[in-house]
Amino acid sequence: MAVSKRVVLHFPKRLVEQPVIYHLVKDYNLEFNILRASITAEPEEEGLLVLQLKGEQDEYDKGVKFLLKSGVKIQSLSQDVTRNEARCTHCGACVTICPPGAFELDLKTRQVRFNDEKCVACGLCIKTCPPRAMEVHF
Amino acid sequence: MMKTIAEINEKIRQGKAVVVNAEEVIDLVKEKGVKHAAQHVDVVTTGTFGPMCSSGIYFNTGHSKPRIKLGGGRVYLNDVLAYPGLAAVDVFFGANALPDDDPRNRVHPGDFNYGGGHVIEELVAGKDIRMTATAYGTDCYPRKRLETWLNIKDLNEAVLFNIRNAYQNYNVAVNLSDKTIYTYMGVLKPRLGNANYCSAGQLSPLLNDPHYRTIGIGTRIFLGGGIGYVAWQGTQHNPNVLRTEAGVPKRSAGTLAVIGDLKQMSPRWLVGASMYGYGVTLTVGVGVPIPILDEEILRSTAVTDEEIYGAVIDYSDAYPNQKPDIVGEVNYAQLKSGTVKLQGKKVPTSSLSSYSRAVEIAEVLKDWIKRGEFLLTEAVAPLPGVESGVAFKPLPERPLEI
Repeated sequence: MAVSKRVVLHFPKRLVEQPVIYHLVKDYNLEFNILRASITAEPEEEGLLVLQLKGEQDEYDKGVKFLLKSGVKIQSLSQDVTRNEARCTHCGACVTICPPGAFELDLKTRQVRFNDEKCVACGLCIKTCPPRAMEVHF
Repeated sequence: MMKTIAEINEKIRQGKAVVVNAEEVIDLVKEKGVKHAAQHVDVVTTGTFGPMCSSGIYFNTGHSKPRIKLGGGRVYLNDVLAYPGLAAVDVFFGANALPDDDPRNRVHPGDFNYGGGHVIEELVAGKDIRMTATAYGTDCYPRKRLETWLNIKDLNEAVLFNIRNAYQNYNVAVNLSDKTIYTYMGVLKPRLGNANYCSAGQLSPLLNDPHYRTIGIGTRIFLGGGIGYVAWQGTQHNPNVLRTEAGVPKRSAGTLAVIGDLKQMSPRWLVGASMYGYGVTLTVGVGVPIPILDEEILRSTAVTDEEIYGAVIDYSDAYPNQKPDIVGEVNYAQLKSGTVKLQGKKVPTSSLSSYSRAVEIAEVLKDWIKRGEFLLTEAVAPLPGVESGVAFKPLPERPLEI
């Protein structure tokens, strides 16, 4: 069965110069799309990569195991971009700003739905949201 | 058929008043007709919840020992500048105020993470606020420095006083230029990338009483979760704009100045907001009840989004440069559908005011009235209408001689 997942990878310093993603492709046949990449100044974590990974379920599982074994911390993207429900007023300022269209105004309830599986973690909503309800926890 | 406010209040006291919100009344009129609906309904409730920049509070701290005269000194609340141009311990504080060390737009667009609107929200929420003040000292008010925590429960008076709220209709903002712009109408993408609006439309207070027949000075309202009053017409009140045949303004028209006891209010209805690249503000909840005194008033409350038109303005040029040009007119049903057609292009829309929260306000107000807790008021004086000749003028700038 084929799967497609958005994940956030945290690389320790010692892995920054290793071709980790190359192995994901070569050894596990995973297709990847880079959504975001950065080198951070955090002492424990020197690299951050947000990827969309596609492949067969068993290969994907093995790939994840390989990443964990190498020392890469891996987390699902939906855990990293969240909406603070207590602050969101459902105005809709985010709706037209989000490039992949993760925010959708429900025409019946007039509330804004956040489909985190569409989120690519670009961060454009963070400062566009007037009550600052969107949070990134990389 | 004519009813008086006294008769409606009597029904409210007896728990017999028929109250519907400005959305429900639309279906009621479609179903039963204006005449029948006007006989049946006593009150229509309205609501709006959007960023309203001309909002602020004033309060009295009580006197310290020894006394200090803040008036003429400098006062900060959580490092945000307050206005101490009043007597010894009275302070005014505006939603748009910023800390002195906020970088503003020095690196554009500025973040504007914290300012007056946020301090007001925290004060209302019961959080302690840090007040730091300096004064020049007098024989009767010798103290020159004061640093203290303030809590709303200890203040003598804490009053929300917004000099312009609840705009009757508003511009629809677009950007015709080639670069993204950061405005009080939100982030506007280049080449008609989006169209932002900010009105509850068919639920908005003044759009349901287009000629200010019942809403006037002294009208009791829902304000920030508590009870408030219309204090005056708001600044920039502009009744003489283009209107539809039914009298509904097609441009930004009337406004309200509103006042109420901040101690009764809640942070759910007063929310600090940051407009990226523009500044800070306060999102305010306002709800106004409209007594159905006759058929004409009821007909006005049954106004639908299809019948309310807003002017589309280019915020990259026409707005900043005070040019009269408009890109077009669209109605609120089109805006609320998610896309509007402008210059042959399908443009996605965003709202800055929350319609779901506006409905909630109209419902809360309905509930208060139904339970007999909220009686309607006769306006003490009317707001200036079309006949007043009141118009919103530009600044007649007269350069100082050098």
